[in-house]
Amino acid sequence: MNERVLQVDALARVEGEGALYVKLKGDTIEKVEFRIFEPPRFFEAFMVGRDAKEAPDITSRICGICPIAYVMSASHAVEDALGISVTPEISALRRLIYCGEWIQSHVLHAAMLHAPDFLGLHDAIKIAEVHPELVRNALRLKKAGNSLMEAVGGRSVHPVNTRIGGFYSAPKKKELEALLPELDWAVGAAREVAVAFSKFPFPDDSHDYQFVSLRHPDHYAIDGGRIVSNRGLDIAASEFNDHFYEEHVARSNALHGRMRDGSAYLVGPLARYSNNYEQLSDGAKETADMCGLGRTVRNPFQSILVRMVEVQYAFEEAARIIRAYQPPSPSFIAAPPRAGVGHGCTEAPRGICYHSYQLDGEGLIRHAQIVPPTSQNQPQIEVDLTRVVAANMNMQDEDLRWRCEQTIRNYDPCISCATHFLKLTVERD
Amino acid sequence: MTDDRPLIVGIGNPFRSDDGAGPYVATKLGGLGFLSVTHEGDGTGLMDLFERHRSLVLVDATLSGRVAGTVTSFDAIGEKLPAELFHYSTHRFGLAEAVETARALGSLPERLLVFGIEGADFSAGTALSPAVQGAADVLVLQLSRELADGRNG
Repeated sequence: MNERVLQVDALARVEGEGALYVKLKGDTIEKVEFRIFEPPRFFEAFMVGRDAKEAPDITSRICGICPIAYVMSASHAVEDALGISVTPEISALRRLIYCGEWIQSHVLHAAMLHAPDFLGLHDAIKIAEVHPELVRNALRLKKAGNSLMEAVGGRSVHPVNTRIGGFYSAPKKKELEALLPELDWAVGAAREVAVAFSKFPFPDDSHDYQFVSLRHPDHYAIDGGRIVSNRGLDIAASEFNDHFYEEHVARSNALHGRMRDGSAYLVGPLARYSNNYEQLSDGAKETADMCGLGRTVRNPFQSILVRMVEVQYAFEEAARIIRAYQPPSPSFIAAPPRAGVGHGCTEAPRGICYHSYQLDGEGLIRHAQIVPPTSQNQPQIEVDLTRVVAANMNMQDEDLRWRCEQTIRNYDPCISCATHFLKLTVERD
Repeated sequence: MTDDRPLIVGIGNPFRSDDGAGPYVATKLGGLGFLSVTHEGDGTGLMDLFERHRSLVLVDATLSGRVAGTVTSFDAIGEKLPAELFHYSTHRFGLAEAVETARALGSLPERLLVFGIEGADFSAGTALSPAVQGAADVLVLQLSRELADGRNG
């Protein structure tokens, strides 16, 4: 029997450090492992004893790509414990800065890190040589996302203006309105990039995913809502642990998330899109249609298109919020410390990010739980890899290795978050 | 709008020990009155700086297996940056990618010097290894003289 081993010791174009190992004996897949070897960072442990007010700022340091997801999930959880409800004006401003993060993160991944896979290029530098206009537009789109983050959060990474209960200070309407011309340009530019990407040759793949995302009664879920699935789940964030669990596996420094019945599930753009398609703007739906996407997308390689549809939506939503903006006054809601348990869940660009904190009477954290999206997607990534390897057994090792790496990049995995990442080994017998 | 004064950019995460070598150098030079910033996050932000400044000096930590504290320098206008040298950090789109993408797009600044300081320890912590600290201090002295000469000249 021919043994084949496909191995990637350090995956490229993903955030963090991980590896892939595949072992085949003839046509039998013996092992498929997505290994995360980035060292664990013990955030949950060192939050214990800290003031709950510090939770958003400390946990935002888990990730330089999606800090807002951590700020917002931590804020929601602490506010839940303290009994704080924020005003609609604060909520709108939070949604606005979150749009900035979706734009930044999605554009960086789609245009600079994921698109090279479909063009047969090894990195973003080559894509700049072959498609300079595309890269210029992508960089301009990303910069518009940065500007939103700076205007609301004080800087483009790790915001300094966010706090429990809202914001230290509310941006002036004029400062936000100055961004409108670029946001209006970006809506059309995001569509152009999405339509250009839709011409890529997508591998033929489909899976009946268990899509898990948030759903909000009023709008496409970003900054809160109930946790729902396409299989009938509909729960509050406080019920997360009744339906999901995390387990440690020897090959990964990141916990693996599963449903209580042991099944894998998928969080992120495909799940959000498929669960909440009706709530997208007409413009975003039109772009999806122009890209050939249906109401549900089951081909994970098309996640790049869904990301760009979400980018367009985020620009439209940001412009809408700014046009209706009323500076929140006060800019935050204060509350005295009290003992309690709180839960928060928001949609990071990669999928739902769940936080829970137990506080004592002085407002100190007694227990912390943080479940990032990439931890939840790990079992599903291995299911996808197994399916992709089985369907492409006749590929040469080099091509199969590339396809496997691409399968992982479909997820835009944030390995630093999950460990709080990728080597590929394929062994063939 | 471009700024004519040279901008020193210290790249890295000061909470990951020797990865903080770049920010250390930039902060020291900032304290001596030079224009400096620290940069943490993905490399596309560097490309924004290339648009706003004619002359930049980038300082980053390297992990190449050389002796800790070894300083490598490049005139990035004239030579390609070796991606493997600057690839250690968790920046998904790093220094070398930013410089080479800008080169492909024809948007490099007029002057771009890149210094790499070989690190030894990239674990959580805020202290530089002694060899890295020594090399960083020497680089601060060297750059302060060269930049002052440029300022006076």
